[in-house]
Amino acid sequence: MSILAYNGGCVVAMRGKDCVAIATDHRFGVQAQTISTDFKKVFHIAPRMFLGLTGLQTDILTVRDRLMFRKNLYETRENREMAPKPFSAMLSSFLYEHRFGPYFIEPVVAGLDPHTLKPFICNMDLIGCPNEPVDFVVAGTCAEQLYGMCETLWRPDLEPDQLFEVIAQSMMNAFDRDAMSGWGATVYIIEKDKITERSLKTRMD
Amino acid sequence: MSNLGFQQFPEYQVPGVQQADFSPYESNGGSIVAIAGDDFVVIAADTRLSSGYNIHSRDQSKLFKLSDQTVLGSTGCWADTLSLTGLLKVRMQGYEHTHLRTMATDAVAQMLSITMYNRRFFPYYVSNILAGIDKDGKGVVYSYDPIGHCERAFYRAGGTAGTLLQPVLDNQIGHKNINLSSSELPKLTIERAVAIASDTFISAAERDIYTGDSVLINIITKDGIEEKKLQLRLD
Repeated sequence: MSILAYNGGCVVAMRGKDCVAIATDHRFGVQAQTISTDFKKVFHIAPRMFLGLTGLQTDILTVRDRLMFRKNLYETRENREMAPKPFSAMLSSFLYEHRFGPYFIEPVVAGLDPHTLKPFICNMDLIGCPNEPVDFVVAGTCAEQLYGMCETLWRPDLEPDQLFEVIAQSMMNAFDRDAMSGWGATVYIIEKDKITERSLKTRMD
Repeated sequence: MSNLGFQQFPEYQVPGVQQADFSPYESNGGSIVAIAGDDFVVIAADTRLSSGYNIHSRDQSKLFKLSDQTVLGSTGCWADTLSLTGLLKVRMQGYEHTHLRTMATDAVAQMLSITMYNRRFFPYYVSNILAGIDKDGKGVVYSYDPIGHCERAFYRAGGTAGTLLQPVLDNQIGHKNINLSSSELPKLTIERAVAIASDTFISAAERDIYTGDSVLINIITKDGIEEKKLQLRLD
C-alpha cells in the first residue's frame, strides 16, 4: 500500500462567490486500525488562509511546522501578511527541494487574498506541482469519491450557506464510501469579514 | 506466468531464446449505473471501449438484453464480457426450451452468480450489474464482484467510474446524510432516475478517461424496455 494512504484522511476545498470553503475529516489511523478520531488535517495559518494536508501524519505535522517557520520569517522580514498565492509558491518550492526524498503529503491551500479579497484555492502533488482550478480541489484516500461528488454538486457563484451545504454533502457522502476516512468532519467557510467553523457529526464506522 | 514448467529447469533452457509474457486480462473501461424504482428500473452504461490511452470504439453498447424484463450491464475485460454474455444467452435459451417460459430476473441473477463462480480460480474479469423487474413487478438491481458474489440493491454504480458515482447515488437516491422526513424527500420517478443517471455520467466523463462518448439508458417496465441515448464529451 502507498505511504500516502498509510494513515488515511481527506481534505477538500471549494470556491464560492466571494468566499471559499475547506473541509477535513477527523480520522487518524494506521492502515485499518483507527488510532484517533479528532485529528483535523486543516490548519488556520493566516487570518484568511487555511492549509490542509493529507497523507502521512508525521509529515503533515513536520510540513506544517516548517511552513509556519518560513511564513513567519517572510512576514517579519517583509512586515506584511502573506497572501495565499505566494504562500502556495513557497510551499511548491519547499516540496520540490525534497524532489528525490519527498514528504508524503498532498497539500490543499484555501483562502482570500488579503488585499483584493479574491478567492483562491490550490492543491499540489507530493513534489509540489501546483494546480489552481476555478472550481474545487480534493486530496486524500477518498479523492475519487470526492471528485464524483464535487463534480455533480458544485456550480459557479455559490453563496456561503449554499457552499457549506455542497462541501458538507460532498465530504460526508464521499468518505462514507472510504474505510480510511471519516469519523466526523469540520468545515471552514472563509468570507471577507468572518470565518465560520462547523463540525459535522457523521456515521462512525 | 513465470512458473509454467520448463522455466523451473534452467539447465534445459536454450540460450538466447525470447520468451513472450502472456497476460490474459485487460481493462477495457466503461461504467454502469442502475437505479430501481417501485415498478421500473433504469440501467445506463457509457459506450466507450478503450485500452490504456487508446479508444477502440466510441459506440459500443455495454448493455445486454437478456429478456424483456432483464438487462445486464457488463464492463471490465471486454473479451470476458462477450464470453460470459454468450454463455448466459445459451443457458437462457436452454431454460426456455426445457421449461417453456422465460427465466425470471431473480433466476437470472442466481444463474449469473453460479456461472461466474464456476471460474473461481481463473475468473471472468468483469464488473456486472443486472437490472430487471422481479416476480412481484418491482424494480430490482443485482451487483456482482468478478468471482460471482451477488448482492441485491436498489441502486448501484460499477465499472471504472464506480467509485466516483456510488457516493452520488448514496446521496441522491439513498438520501444518505440528509436529515429530512420521508414526506419531504423527492419521490423516485422514472424521470428523476433518468435525470440522476444522466447527471452522474456527465460528471464521470469529466474526470474518468475511460468513461465518455455517449451513454445508453434502458428504462425497464412491465411493458418492455425503452432505450435512450445521451451525448457525452468525446475527449
